[in-house]
Amino acid sequence: MKTRKPSSFTASRLALSRVTRAAALGIAIAGASLAGNAQAAEVEVPANIKWTVPFGVGGGTDVWARFFSPWLSDYISGEPTIMIDNVPGGGSINGANLFAMRAKADGSNWLGTSASTQYPAMLDDRRVRYDYSEWTPILATPTGGVVYGQPSLGDTADAAIDALLSQPVKLAAQNPTGLELPVLIALDLLGADVQAVFGMRSRGEGRLAFERGEADIDFQTSSAYLSNVTPLVESGKAVPLFSLGLLDDDGKIVRDPAFPDLPTFNEVYQARHGEAPSGPAYEAFRKFFASGFALQKLIMVPRDTPQELVDAYRDAAREFVATDEFKQDAEAQLGPYTPVIGDVIQRHLEDAMSIDEATREWLAKWLEEKHNARI
Amino acid sequence: MLDILLSSLGQLFTLSHLLFMTLGVLVGLVVGIIPGLGGIAGMSLLLPFLYGMEPTVALGMLMGLVAVIPTGDTFASVLLGIPGSSASQATVIDGFSLAKKGQAARALSSAFLASMIGGLIGAVVLTGFILIARPLVLSFSSSELFMLTLLGLSMVAVLSGADLFKGLAACGLGLLVGGIGMAPATGEFRLNLDIDYLFDGLPLVVVGLGIFALPEIIDLLVKRGAIAEKPCRLGEGWRRGIQDVGEQRGLVARCAAIGSLVGTIPGLAGSVVDWLTYGHAVQSAKDSSEFGKGDIRGVIAPESANNACACGAMVPTLLFGVPGSGTAAVFLGGLLLLGLQPGVGMIETHLDLTYTIIWSLALANILGAALCLILARPVANLTRVPFATLAPLITVLIMFAAFQATRATGDLLALGAIGVLGVLFKQANWSRPAFLIGFVLAPGAEAYFYQAVQFQGTDAFLRPGVLIIGAMILAAMFIPVIGKQIKKRRQPMSVGAAATEPKPDAESHRLGIIDIVLLGALLALAASAWVNVSELSLIGGIMPRLAIAIMALACLAEIVRSVVRRPRWERQTFAREAIWLVGFFALVAAMLTLGFITTATLFTLVFLLAIAKLKPWVTVLMALGVLAFLLAMAEFLTLTYPQGILDPLLFY
Repeated sequence: MKTRKPSSFTASRLALSRVTRAAALGIAIAGASLAGNAQAAEVEVPANIKWTVPFGVGGGTDVWARFFSPWLSDYISGEPTIMIDNVPGGGSINGANLFAMRAKADGSNWLGTSASTQYPAMLDDRRVRYDYSEWTPILATPTGGVVYGQPSLGDTADAAIDALLSQPVKLAAQNPTGLELPVLIALDLLGADVQAVFGMRSRGEGRLAFERGEADIDFQTSSAYLSNVTPLVESGKAVPLFSLGLLDDDGKIVRDPAFPDLPTFNEVYQARHGEAPSGPAYEAFRKFFASGFALQKLIMVPRDTPQELVDAYRDAAREFVATDEFKQDAEAQLGPYTPVIGDVIQRHLEDAMSIDEATREWLAKWLEEKHNARI
Repeated sequence: MLDILLSSLGQLFTLSHLLFMTLGVLVGLVVGIIPGLGGIAGMSLLLPFLYGMEPTVALGMLMGLVAVIPTGDTFASVLLGIPGSSASQATVIDGFSLAKKGQAARALSSAFLASMIGGLIGAVVLTGFILIARPLVLSFSSSELFMLTLLGLSMVAVLSGADLFKGLAACGLGLLVGGIGMAPATGEFRLNLDIDYLFDGLPLVVVGLGIFALPEIIDLLVKRGAIAEKPCRLGEGWRRGIQDVGEQRGLVARCAAIGSLVGTIPGLAGSVVDWLTYGHAVQSAKDSSEFGKGDIRGVIAPESANNACACGAMVPTLLFGVPGSGTAAVFLGGLLLLGLQPGVGMIETHLDLTYTIIWSLALANILGAALCLILARPVANLTRVPFATLAPLITVLIMFAAFQATRATGDLLALGAIGVLGVLFKQANWSRPAFLIGFVLAPGAEAYFYQAVQFQGTDAFLRPGVLIIGAMILAAMFIPVIGKQIKKRRQPMSVGAAATEPKPDAESHRLGIIDIVLLGALLALAASAWVNVSELSLIGGIMPRLAIAIMALACLAEIVRSVVRRPRWERQTFAREAIWLVGFFALVAAMLTLGFITTATLFTLVFLLAIAKLKPWVTVLMALGVLAFLLAMAEFLTLTYPQGILDPLLFY
C-alpha cells in the first residue's frame, strides 16, 4: 500500500527559490497566453510564502506548522514555496508584534498563532501590539483537554470528584495566565479548592510532578493525554475526571470525539449543581476555552489580503483535509479532530476574544485573590 | 529482548542509516563549530526534510546531529575563548588558557578523545538504564532538583579559592541578572526597567559571550601578538593530549558517569553538569593551583561529561516527552514530526527504535570525535596567527552569534553591557565563572525551591535524596578548606614547589582601583535594585532580594577584609580596554543604523587594513569571506540580521 506523501521539502525549495520563481513566472506567462481570459478568475498566488511562527524550532506550534506546510504547498495552485520563519520570544508576543508591524498583505505573509498568542491579547498585556481584528483566519485546529487525578482521591471519577470538592488539592501549572487558565476557572466553578503551583516550563513538567505524586490532579491536552496519561490510567495510576469538551459549529460545548465516554466539564457541573454554569466566571471559562482550545492554533493573514487569495488558501485546505492520506497522518499530529476552515473561525474568534468589562473585572479580581497574580 | 537488541544493531549498520547519520554528523559539526548556533539551528536545518521520511533513517540523521553538537563547539571554546553553547562554558576556562600557552592542539585532542569516550560510556550506561529509568527519574522531586542547583552553586566556593567574597559577590550579581524577567512563582515581571527586551530575561548565549569572549578579544588586542603567547609545537601537543586522557582515565570515567546520570534529570541537564564536573576535577586534584590558568583536567572533565549528558538527556525526552536540554527539545519536535509520540511506548512498543537512537548516538560520537581529532591539528594553527588578523572575524562572529539569541537589537547591546562587566572582572581578577554559574542556575534554583515548598511543605528538606545532596554540598564547601590545612602542615617538605611559585593565599589578597569601583558599583546596584523589587509580592521578590543580599554582604565582607588585612595595592588598568569597548559600541551603533552585513564587511576591511596592516588583496578577500558567510547563513538557515539603512538596498 503506497500512500501519497507531500513531496515538497521546504528547505530544499528554499535554496532553489530563485529558480522556482523564474520557472513559476515562465509557467504563468505560458499559461496566461494559452488559456487567455478563461483563467481570469484564477488569482496569482505568491511564489514564496513566509510563514512566521512566533515560537522556537521543535515546539508544539512549530511542529504543527511543519506538518501543515507540505500539504498546503502541494494543494495551493502554483505550489508556492512555504518557508517557516521562527521568531521566538515573549511567549510568542514578539513574533506576533513583528508580524503585525511588518507583514505584507499580498498573501505572502502568514502567521501561526497559539493559545499563548491569543491569551495576552485578551488580557490586555501591555506588550501586545497586535490586534486579531487586523487579521483574517485561514485555518484553525482544535484540541481538547482532560483533567485527571491521583487514584488516592478515588477509584472512580465520581468518587474522585467528591474528594476533590472536599479537600484542597494541588495542580502544577505554568503561570497564572497560561494554558491552564480555563482549567483553573472550571475547577473553581465546580467548587474545588485548587492550589496551583506555578513555574512549570511546559505541560510535560506538570505531568511529571503528577507522576511523582507531588500534584494531586493534572491536566493535559488531547495528544499528550493519549500518549502519556492513557498508560497511567490503564495501570491504575490515574483517574480521568472530565474533559473540557469541544466547540461545535454553533458555538456549543459538546463531548470531545477523542474521549466520547468522558463527561465534559459542563455535564459534571450540571450534575453537581443541578443547573448549567453561568455568570462572569463561566463567561471567562468559555472564552478562554474557545480561544485556547477550540481554536488553539490558527493560520492568519493580514486583513487586507485579497479575498481571492484567502479563498484560494481556504479551498486548498478544504481539499486536502478531506483526503484519506491527510486524515491518516493527522491522527498522529492533531488527534481525532478536523481542522476548522473559513468564516466560522472568524465568528467564534470574534466572540471569544471580546471580553466585556464585567468578565474582565471578575477575572482580575479572581486572579489576584486566588493566585496572587495581577493583570 | 536480545532479538530487539540485534535487530536495532542491524538497523544501525544499514547503508541508508549510516549515510544519513554521517550527513547529520557533518551538519552537526559545521553548525557546532559556529558559535551561537548549536543544536537548535542544526535541527531547524534538518527538520524540513523529516516529515515523510523513514523513521529509523531520520532518527539516525537527528542523532548524528545531536551527538556532535557538544563536540564541535569545543573548537571555538578552546581556540577563541568563545563559549559556543551552554555545553562548553567550563571548557573555555582552562581550554583557552592552554591555547594561550601554546597548547591548543593538546587541549583539543584531549577534549575530543574525552568527548568520544564520554559519549560511549553514556551510551553504554543508557542501554541498560533506559529500561529502569522511569522510577529513578520520578524519584527526583522538586526538592532534590533544588538541592542539585544548590550543589551547582556551591561550586562557586570551590572555584573562587582565596577570593571567596569576590566570588560570592559575582555569583550574587549573576543570580540577580538571572532573576530578570518573569517570576516563575507568580508570573510577575521584575527588574525589567520597562524595557521590552528584558521581559524574557537575558539569553544565556549573550551572557556567555559577553562575560568570556569579549574581554578576551579586548585583552588580546591590547596585548597584541597571537593567541598563543608561547611558541607551540602542534604535533607534540596533539599526542600529549591523547596521553593526558589516558592518564586521567579515572576522571574521564567519573565525569562521564556524572554526566549521563545528571543528564537524565529533566530540567537541569547541561546547565549544572559542566560546573559539577569542573568543580569535581578541581576538588579531586592534588594540586589545584593551575586550574583557571590552563590545567588539562579542566578541559577533560567537562568534555567527558557533556557528550554523556547529551545521551542521558534522551531519557526524559523519550520516556516522558519532557526535554532535558535545548537540543533535546528540538529533537522532541523531530520525533513528533515522524509521528512518534514519546512516552512509555518508546520502551513497550518502540524499543527497537529507542535502541537505534541510543546506539546511533554512540556511533555518531565516535565518527564526530574522530573527524574533530583529525581537524584539531591544522585548526590549532589559528592560535599562531597574529590576533589582529583574527579579531574582526571573531568580533563579527560573536555579534552574529549573540544576535541569533533572540534577533533583537537588545542582544547586541546586552552583549556590550555584559562585556564591560566581563572586562572589569577580568582586569580585577573577579571570578567570571562564578557570575555565570549564578546566572545559569538562578531560574532553576528559584522555581524548584518554590515548588518544593508548595508541594511538600517543610517535609521537602527531610527527604533522603535531599539529605544526601546536602551532605555533598557540605563536602564541596569544606573539603578544600581542610585539604588546605593539611597541605599547610606538609608545607616544609615540598620546598621546591613553594620556591618556584609564590604562595597563593599570602600574596593573593590584592586590591586595585577597579576592585574599589566594582565594590562601590555593586553596592549602589544593590541599593537601587532593592528599591526596584520593593513592589513585588513576597514570593515573587524573594529570589532577587536574596541575590541582592548575597551580593551586598559579600561586598561588605570584602571591604571589611581589606580594611583589616591591608592588602597589597595592585595597579589595575582600564584605559586601553575602555577605548576598545567604546569602539565596540560604535560598531554596534553602526550595525544598527547602516545594517549588519554592510557594517560587518566594511569593518573587517578597515580593521584589517588599518590595524592589522595586511596586504590589500588579503584584506579584500577576507572581507568578501565575511560577506559570503553572512549571506550564506541568511539564505540556508533563514537567519535575519539588523537591517539598517543600507542592507535592504544592497542585499535583500
